[in-house]
Amino acid sequence: MRIKSRLAILSLSLSALLGISDAQAQTQKTLLNVSYDPTRELYREINPAFARAWETQSGEKLSFNMSHGGSGSQARSVIDGLDADIITLALAYDIDAVAQLTKKLPENWQSLLPNNSSPYTSTIVFLVRKGNPKAISDWDDLVKPGVGVITPNPKTSGGARWNYLAAWAYALAQPGGFEASAKQFVDDLYSNVLVLDSGARGATTTFVQRGIGDVFLSWENEAFLALNELGPENFEIIVPSISILAEPPVAVVEENARRKGTLEAAQAYLAFLYTPEAQAIAAKHYYRPALPEHAAPEDIARFPEVKLVTVDEVFGGWANAQQTHFSDGGVFDQISGQ
Amino acid sequence: MQTKFERNIATREPAWLKWTIISLGLLFFIFFLVMPLLSIFYEALRRGIDVYWESITEPDALAAVRLTLLVAVISVPLNLVFGVAAAWCIAKFDFPGKHILLTFIDLPFSVSPVVVGLMYVLVFGVNGWFGGWLQANDLQIIFAVPGIVLATIFVTFPFIARELIPLMEAQGRDEEEAAIVLGASGWQTLWYVTLPNVKWALIYGVILSNARAMGEFGAVSVVSGKIRGLTNTMPLHVEILYNEYMFAAAFAVASLLALLALVTLIIKTLVEHKAAQTQRDFAGEH
Repeated sequence: MRIKSRLAILSLSLSALLGISDAQAQTQKTLLNVSYDPTRELYREINPAFARAWETQSGEKLSFNMSHGGSGSQARSVIDGLDADIITLALAYDIDAVAQLTKKLPENWQSLLPNNSSPYTSTIVFLVRKGNPKAISDWDDLVKPGVGVITPNPKTSGGARWNYLAAWAYALAQPGGFEASAKQFVDDLYSNVLVLDSGARGATTTFVQRGIGDVFLSWENEAFLALNELGPENFEIIVPSISILAEPPVAVVEENARRKGTLEAAQAYLAFLYTPEAQAIAAKHYYRPALPEHAAPEDIARFPEVKLVTVDEVFGGWANAQQTHFSDGGVFDQISGQ
Repeated sequence: MQTKFERNIATREPAWLKWTIISLGLLFFIFFLVMPLLSIFYEALRRGIDVYWESITEPDALAAVRLTLLVAVISVPLNLVFGVAAAWCIAKFDFPGKHILLTFIDLPFSVSPVVVGLMYVLVFGVNGWFGGWLQANDLQIIFAVPGIVLATIFVTFPFIARELIPLMEAQGRDEEEAAIVLGASGWQTLWYVTLPNVKWALIYGVILSNARAMGEFGAVSVVSGKIRGLTNTMPLHVEILYNEYMFAAAFAVASLLALLALVTLIIKTLVEHKAAQTQRDFAGEH
């Protein structure tokens, strides 16, 4: 008797300690957005905005769970069963992988929403230390001896693949540029890389916090954020003559959402990303909005003009680029294996 | 003032050598242990106590603390049972395959934690061996709390058994044999003879296993899915905050883990002291 009541008290206090209460078990609709590294600040602001819009529209209260990591490893988690309603990753190839391996979303997912399902785009720029001591102005400065480059590993990081392809596109666009000269250029570039982190955020920390390297190849939004968070007095952004149009796409993992009864909300969430309100938020967080007319003009003014090439133009689509450059034994393996 | 040891010509060193070595040791201790530890608290409190308090009471941080405690509360008792059973089995009985069993118990020490995480993904992930069945029954193991608990149990498995086995082997089986001869049952022997003899080693094992359970990063990060407020443990939360440039908050949560380590060390010292005392009393009785 006494033991029993003691046990009851113990279990009560344990559950109080751990916060397991009936209120928490009660189900409220929750959307899980599995995203890549640099979108943390963006979705922290998008989520409550959509929750308000959805509540007025449907009367339903929504809450959000976010998961962030390297784009490739996040896709892997969803393939292995992470119960995402929405995936917002760094590149179409990663969502393709989820679609092909799980069949939880249609193969033509990218045509379901405007702009290749990319409500915001970005590009690759250079972040250098204040005063630009190594006088870096374009891609060919990165292969000079003595220049330390920071970029993550293209095998694991979506952002890094954009970096790699942008460098390749630059070399190809030079007079007399062709396949072999581009390969040589990228090879020289990666010989100058000091630390090959696994994700974009890790690489940012390496450059910014640990002070390693002279130039950091970065998402434009990530570069602006670093500038903002860690002091414009320490860094500056250099825009190269040519860069790549990075389209981080979004998709609903339909089968997961249908099973959880959140399909409608998930679809509305993605549609919301194209509304004036969300477009303005995206521009505020340094993403180039798909519909720039909705963003604040002073936000748009921050984006420098740059000649942008697309993966489709130069590489014949992501599947091709992935196969040629980043698959096992691909061009990246060939240059890094030397 | 010289001790007997110092008077012995064979152990007498010139003063300069003695002091150089001592100060080298001390410097190393200060630079590689004390300063990094203090820097955590310094960084955590640099932006003021309010920021510190805010960072550790913010809902995601609290959820991480709760999850970490929950994982420890589940995995440590289970490890206690496994550890005592395994140690009792290995130290008190002879059977074929004993060495293989011992090797298996040591396995978690030699397998990299990341591999441990991947193992569970391969077994319980949707494409894993039980994936289809789990999904059909709407059970979520990977990317949910059960997966985190499983991975933690795996990496902390050897701590208790490894503490107990050498002691139990050194103590031999005489007392258990005497108990059996006097008519005690197996349970009685375990409860009244074996366990009291290994009490302190057992507590020490629990402390170590608890510290590791709360601090585990690698294995947990693979199976967690990193959903904030749901499947983020404290070590994962520290990484996330650090990556979000919220350095003060990251160090605040890190300081909680460091505090935990300090408390663990203090308890460990007390336990060792107590154990030594018990042993002296025990020796004195004879």
